Amino acid sequence: MAILSKEEAQAILKKVIGFSKADFCEVGLNGSDGGNIRYARNAVSTAGQISTMSLGVSSTFGKKTGTATINEFDDASLQKVVKRAEELAMLAPENPEFMPPLGPQTFAESNTYNAKTAAMTPDTRAEMVGKSLSVSKAAGLDAAGFLENSTRFNAIMNSKGLFAYNKGTDVSFSVTVRNKQGTGSGYVEQGFNDLDKMDTLALSKIAASKANGSAGAKAIEPGKYTVILEPLAASDIIGNMFRGFDARSADEGRSFMSKKGGGTRLGEQLFSENVNIYSDPMNTEIPSSTFTGEGLPVKRTQWVEKGVVKNLSYSRYWAAQKNVQPLPFSRSMIIEGGTQSLEDLIKSTEKGILVTRFWYIRSVDPQTLLLTGLTRDGTFYIENGEIKFPIKNFRFNESPVIMLNNVEALGKPVRTGSGLIPPMKIRDFTFTSLSDAI
Amino acid sequence: MRRRDFLYMTGVGIGASMMPNIPAFGKIISVEEALTPVDVALKKKMADVALNAAKSKGATYADVRIGRYLNQVVATRETRVENISNSESYGLGVRVIANGSWGFAATNNLDNASIAKAAETAVAIAKGNSKLMEEPVQLAAQKGYGEASWKTPVEINAFEVPIADKVDLLLKVNSEAMKGGAKYISSNLFMINEQKYFASTDGSYIDQDIHRIWPTFTLTKTDAASGKFETRNALSAPMGMGFEYLKPKEEEKIKGGPVTMYKKRYDILEDVREAAVHVDEKLKAKPVAPGKYDLVLDPSHLFLTIHESVGHPTELDRVLGYEANYAGTSFLTLDKWESKKFNFGSKEVNIIGDKLEVGSLGAVGYDDEGVKCGQWDIIKDGILVNYQTIRDQAHILGLKASQGCCYADSWDSIQFQRMPNVSLAPGNVALSAADMVKNVEKGIYMFGRNSYSIDQQRYNFQFSAQLAYEIKEGKIVGMFKDAAYQANTQEFWNSCVQRCDKSDYRLGGTFSDGKGQPGQASAVSHGSATTRFNGVNVINTGRKLG
Repeated sequence: MAILSKEEAQAILKKVIGFSKADFCEVGLNGSDGGNIRYARNAVSTAGQISTMSLGVSSTFGKKTGTATINEFDDASLQKVVKRAEELAMLAPENPEFMPPLGPQTFAESNTYNAKTAAMTPDTRAEMVGKSLSVSKAAGLDAAGFLENSTRFNAIMNSKGLFAYNKGTDVSFSVTVRNKQGTGSGYVEQGFNDLDKMDTLALSKIAASKANGSAGAKAIEPGKYTVILEPLAASDIIGNMFRGFDARSADEGRSFMSKKGGGTRLGEQLFSENVNIYSDPMNTEIPSSTFTGEGLPVKRTQWVEKGVVKNLSYSRYWAAQKNVQPLPFSRSMIIEGGTQSLEDLIKSTEKGILVTRFWYIRSVDPQTLLLTGLTRDGTFYIENGEIKFPIKNFRFNESPVIMLNNVEALGKPVRTGSGLIPPMKIRDFTFTSLSDAI
Repeated sequence: MRRRDFLYMTGVGIGASMMPNIPAFGKIISVEEALTPVDVALKKKMADVALNAAKSKGATYADVRIGRYLNQVVATRETRVENISNSESYGLGVRVIANGSWGFAATNNLDNASIAKAAETAVAIAKGNSKLMEEPVQLAAQKGYGEASWKTPVEINAFEVPIADKVDLLLKVNSEAMKGGAKYISSNLFMINEQKYFASTDGSYIDQDIHRIWPTFTLTKTDAASGKFETRNALSAPMGMGFEYLKPKEEEKIKGGPVTMYKKRYDILEDVREAAVHVDEKLKAKPVAPGKYDLVLDPSHLFLTIHESVGHPTELDRVLGYEANYAGTSFLTLDKWESKKFNFGSKEVNIIGDKLEVGSLGAVGYDDEGVKCGQWDIIKDGILVNYQTIRDQAHILGLKASQGCCYADSWDSIQFQRMPNVSLAPGNVALSAADMVKNVEKGIYMFGRNSYSIDQQRYNFQFSAQLAYEIKEGKIVGMFKDAAYQANTQEFWNSCVQRCDKSDYRLGGTFSDGKGQPGQASAVSHGSATTRFNGVNVINTGRKLG
């Protein structure tokens, strides 16, 4: 069992710190238990169980740091890993950007753990996949999917008295359903902390419906269109933007947040007024850890308010350089939306394109954050508030920054990918070519 | 007695993990430990324990892989070292067929009881999976090779080179970049050594020692007044070589064009000095006018186009739908291959699947299911003639044996079909890149990998380059910015009109081609000579933010 309680983790970390002779010692312990099933062509292809635990030690003399990791936990091994880290520190060159460890901090108790998810077994997974396969087989379709769950913990401690512990669970599922002729394809993807929220039967029905509904796609001309992005599609493309909220790269003139003539775009109106983005580790729909790897508390942070950039992320070193407070970044972003459903957004659209998801997104120009990628697994033409017919996939060339300046409406946010993202209605979205892919 | 031998003999090991798909765990080890391989006789003993246990539980076939994976990374930025790590992952994976179904389990606890338990677990999983089986596994016959071995022919084992020498080299690279006006420079050196032992119930006991190296850098200059920045990455290739790759040789350079290019020796200091100049040119480059251009693609760029538009769609497991939920399927459906006349490209296009080429990332003696590696045609004179496959899918193509394309990225990953080296044969007529350019009226000469994207069936793609030079009436007249080409795979390869000869042939490659769920990475090379494609659609990717 690789999941230690707070007390068990604390005991190991205390012992490790006790072996240290360095000026500073920082220790991290993490473990996970879980498993997965992969299936394709309506049959299981692989299935596995996973259990890992590892310990990392960073030792520092002056500004020289060495790091070592191990997965053996007897006293001799713990002493050995500390000694190895100290040896490496002695050999290492000085790090001019070294920051001394933090002292004790106060962290909120996160709600990332769910006992039912933690209790999942291979049989639970098999039953969930069985439900998915029952949908595709009954409909005469082909399913390929992946179900994975994990329970994990991580704990950190340093020689200045800081200690933090977090335990969490995850269950994620994705399935691609295709028709036998290979002319239609549908996809769903969903992840939760709480197993009770995961319904593989209902999700597979959506994918099957899209597989049937996307058959016989028509080609329409590439160009600028109003698009309705399902939350997954919106998440696919917006997720690429958040790395740009790093203050250092903005200050250094290397991001879309850099200002002409120097400085950053903090405080500027960079997006439409209806764009509000924040992160909150205590959000019940998408909870996350309340501390960073070096022990900074993670709290609710507003990143964009009414389209204005309110905050950039500062590492401890860069914050000290700029004389501001450090601000850690969150990978669980929440984009505020309205109350409209996806169907409501479709109904209010005179002419447009509904996008299920995007695929193979890559940066084209980091200066403008221009991205390219393709629609996949269900793209539909909308006219007079109704889905009229499936259309062939498109390649897009678009920047999420420009996209968030063209927001017509935002629906009700749902958990997708690693965020809470609304369906989005965006005008003038740039499609540059057609793809024959299904 | 070595430490690892002691662990085996006494059963003092790491926390048991009798389960498949455990992510590889990198344990930091000393440089000296990295140079001490595990005794082959010991590995044979461990393998036999696994094979015998699997057979005793009802496996009709079993293979075992004992893997020791060493990774060394040296990372620097400007005047400082950012990271030095030297790590090891060591363990054993057992794959079996029982009741007609696959099962797999792995352990890093290498005493006899744990090894036997892993084998038994693999059989239990196989039997469990057989209840959901549509049809039993059909494994292509494979003769046993007895005791065999293979080693990457390295001149200098990169793990034997002192860390200090590597740090000095990278800091020198950074110093040259800053002398050239770069504001930011990061340089990295990645080294991998896979010590793999394979044994199977076919009667093979194969020991392999595989080496890879990848030196790279990213140089950045900013222009505060305009708010613009540009970068240029190294034009090195990851290689299946030792540290000798970083010992420059004049005869391994191709000069005379706008960029110095490198074959099987790389001059990183020369490249970074050129990069500093190139970035200045990029900051002043004129925007490309969208339209049709003849493209002259250097191997440092073309390798990725080959990888994405030829390598992936000719993977048989993709064609069959095994990757449908992640990487996708393929437009090269079996009927196209069966027709024997599917026109993938022009007559210039001859694509070879290869696991032998010296210096390549894909070169090994045997794959991860005990198949001796070779070479075969995939596209012959423009026609699709074959795919890439493994033992349990070979029968679908009517093949009596696998093509040796099975690979797992760790002892605890299930081996499955991965791309071999997939290369474009050079032309048979003497032709240099400089001479090729002379015949181009309106074109773009591209070097280096940049942005790349392709759809899930590998039809529509868009690529851009590190450097894009305008060719006008046979002459290079300056640099373009914001140039990317979009094409459909079949149209693109049918627009291939000319290849330089073998003297221009070079390898490009990737260290981390992703596939599978949970994801696995593999390293693969793609060779070509400079190649010309006529009338390709080029777009301008420039945008303005408010």
